[in-house]
Amino acid sequence: MKTVLKGASLFALSMLAAANSAYASKADDTLNIAFTKELENVDGYFNSSREGVIMQRTVWDSLMYRDPATGEYKGNLATDWKWVDDVTLDLNLRKGVKFHNGADFTADDVVYTVNWVADPSHGVKTQRNVDWMKSAEKLGDYKVRLHLKAPFPAAFEYLSGPVPIYPHEYYAKVGPSGMGQHPVGTGPYKVVSVEPGKHFVLEKFDGYFKDSPKGQAKIGHLDIRTIPDINTEAAELFSGGLDWIWQVPADQAEKLKEMDQFTVANESTMRIGYIDMDAAGRTGEKNPMTDVRVRRAVAYAIDRQAIVDGLLKGKSKVVNAACFPTQFGCTQDVTKYEYNPEKAKKLLAEAGYPDGFTIDFYAYRDRSYAEALANYLNAVGIKTNFKLLQYSALRELRMKQGTPMSFQTWGSYSINDASAIVSQFFKLGSLDTARDEEIKKWLDVADSSIDPEKRKEYYAKALKKIADQAYWVPLFSYNANYVFTKDLDYTPTTDAIPRFFQMSWK
Amino acid sequence: MIYTLKRLGLAVLVALAVSMLSFALLHLSGDPASAIAGESATDADIAAIRAFYGFDRPLIVQYADWLFSALRGDFGESYYFQLPVAQLIGDRLSITMTLGICGISFAILTAVPLGVAAAVRPNSMIDRMALFISVMGQAMPSFWFGLVLVVIFSIKFRLLPPSGTESWKNFIMPTVVLGYYAMPAIMRLTRAGMLDVLSADYVRTARAKGASEMRVMFKHALRNAIIPVVSLSAVQMGFMLGGSIVVESIFALHGAGYLAWESIGRNDLPTVQALILIFALFYIVFTFLSDLLNAWLDPRMRVG
Repeated sequence: MKTVLKGASLFALSMLAAANSAYASKADDTLNIAFTKELENVDGYFNSSREGVIMQRTVWDSLMYRDPATGEYKGNLATDWKWVDDVTLDLNLRKGVKFHNGADFTADDVVYTVNWVADPSHGVKTQRNVDWMKSAEKLGDYKVRLHLKAPFPAAFEYLSGPVPIYPHEYYAKVGPSGMGQHPVGTGPYKVVSVEPGKHFVLEKFDGYFKDSPKGQAKIGHLDIRTIPDINTEAAELFSGGLDWIWQVPADQAEKLKEMDQFTVANESTMRIGYIDMDAAGRTGEKNPMTDVRVRRAVAYAIDRQAIVDGLLKGKSKVVNAACFPTQFGCTQDVTKYEYNPEKAKKLLAEAGYPDGFTIDFYAYRDRSYAEALANYLNAVGIKTNFKLLQYSALRELRMKQGTPMSFQTWGSYSINDASAIVSQFFKLGSLDTARDEEIKKWLDVADSSIDPEKRKEYYAKALKKIADQAYWVPLFSYNANYVFTKDLDYTPTTDAIPRFFQMSWK
Repeated sequence: MIYTLKRLGLAVLVALAVSMLSFALLHLSGDPASAIAGESATDADIAAIRAFYGFDRPLIVQYADWLFSALRGDFGESYYFQLPVAQLIGDRLSITMTLGICGISFAILTAVPLGVAAAVRPNSMIDRMALFISVMGQAMPSFWFGLVLVVIFSIKFRLLPPSGTESWKNFIMPTVVLGYYAMPAIMRLTRAGMLDVLSADYVRTARAKGASEMRVMFKHALRNAIIPVVSLSAVQMGFMLGGSIVVESIFALHGAGYLAWESIGRNDLPTVQALILIFALFYIVFTFLSDLLNAWLDPRMRVG
């Protein structure tokens, strides 16, 4: 309620107040950017936030680069590569690349970075990004061999994203805390100053290697500030203090669009929302969610399209499978449940609940979406006892004793491979509410097979069974609104990673 | 002297109790390991983190460990920022302190004169105005008031920056918002105190012996009426330091209040623990100072 009031009040007033904006930023070649969340550590191995991913792509390079438009893997710090066998990858490295501190990039940097992050005792926070690598070995000054723990088909996806290469001498000296405060990479922008969590100033790196697939940075300076309140961000935008903001709520983005003072762009993200149900009966054998008819009834009860149209808006779409449609292996050719409350009631009656039942329904974000879901469930007789918890509290509850039903979301860490979501939750881990042995077996095959066709086949098997058994009710994909000055040329991408090095002034 | 020592001893005990209670509450409220591990962590990651930070040890051992380090001035490293807590807090505390001092000064400097003026002419226009201003202050939520100021002074007239801490200009709107929230209580108390005192015998005596109205007001009346106001201001000051979260968030000030609020959500125990201790110490110091100040203003209190 408070945030609604806040939003309504500021936007009503700003409509009156906003008359003209001074576009000073283009003149001094500085893009003023706002983050909403405090970034904990700029060292990409020691943060798990979206802001960290963005910084990592801006300041560092990975061995490969996935073109967001075509999905093709291109050489970045590596020029070409070859699988020696299922668990050994040889890479030739690019010559003539320099770090921001002047050090030359060589095989030593790759070997040091990989061996350091792959060692669990160093406590890399994003283990899933690195725990598939065993070690790296120097074959020459510009040639390395990467050893995997087991066959890992999604390797390129990780090598082109969350595995940045660090300068070995510098990192050995300063460690994660030093890297976070004085970052040094090879990327298109170098960091001028860091005030932890608050303010980051970046400058175009003139020594950036010419044939990078990322292209050369065009804007001279980036000034990134953390402004937690979206209304304040909007105020800064109006007063000329900011040029670019994102993750603007749908209703506010609409109003800003009407004003026609800024470019308002919308793009899908990889995050999907879903309802997770206790099919395995961890919260009690008699829990109604153990009955497949009840789970299907839940799926039929919800008008997902109406929620997308009314609340999420933008490029959000209804999803039917337990993954994001662009992810490798994510087929949408699975059982679909249309909105049919009568059918839901019938199924509930068949399951022995003609008058419905009462159940605890948990959520941790997007209260309005969760309440809409609860309303649809109430309408067919599933009376929800709604509980909104902090993320970590709900997660702990789900891991330790399970919850009968909860509204969850997952962003797959922008990894464009179904393993980043379906294998995360359906391989009998503590967040696996289905605990289906057969699905785990299929996913094991899909996750470790090198043959893409075989992978697709086995992900499809798993996803079909998940949909058929209604272990999850996949709901919709999320979207992000980007609002920026009309002087800026920028097109958002579906992976929700703003690439500042591809932005330019008009 | 004994009075001072007694108060100090009590203060230390309060600080210790606060630290124990907050430590227990934080550990009961959720698993710090899964909060640190973040969204994409697997069960194994969380187990590794639990062992790495020693969350698998008995709570009392963890507390003792923390307490002994803290006593040596070592608050440990923030789980979230991977920075020494002292470094993290030092920077942000100065912002909150500046804001708190400006806020309370603003509140006192507007509230006391208004309160006196209202008391001198009860039920007059001035009294009504003062009442109106104070009711507004209490009724307006600070997030709304803050945004209204932003719209007027940043967007419409472009006089003040809406966010940040680069210059003194950044502190004007936050000071007004924070101060305005504390002002009504101080104003009402000043007014009530003055009304009380103005009808007291010694004020009549002072007037009877021909003291000037100014002298009666400030030397005889205000000095007595202000005593509860001093105590209240001390509490308000403590409240401002810990409770400026909303203001810090709206104006993106990144002060200690906002840090505390965010750190609770992140289960960043060393940071929260250190901040709670510091906030508790502030309350204690301000209450202590106000006791001393009141003892100076009113000799009768010195016996207590």
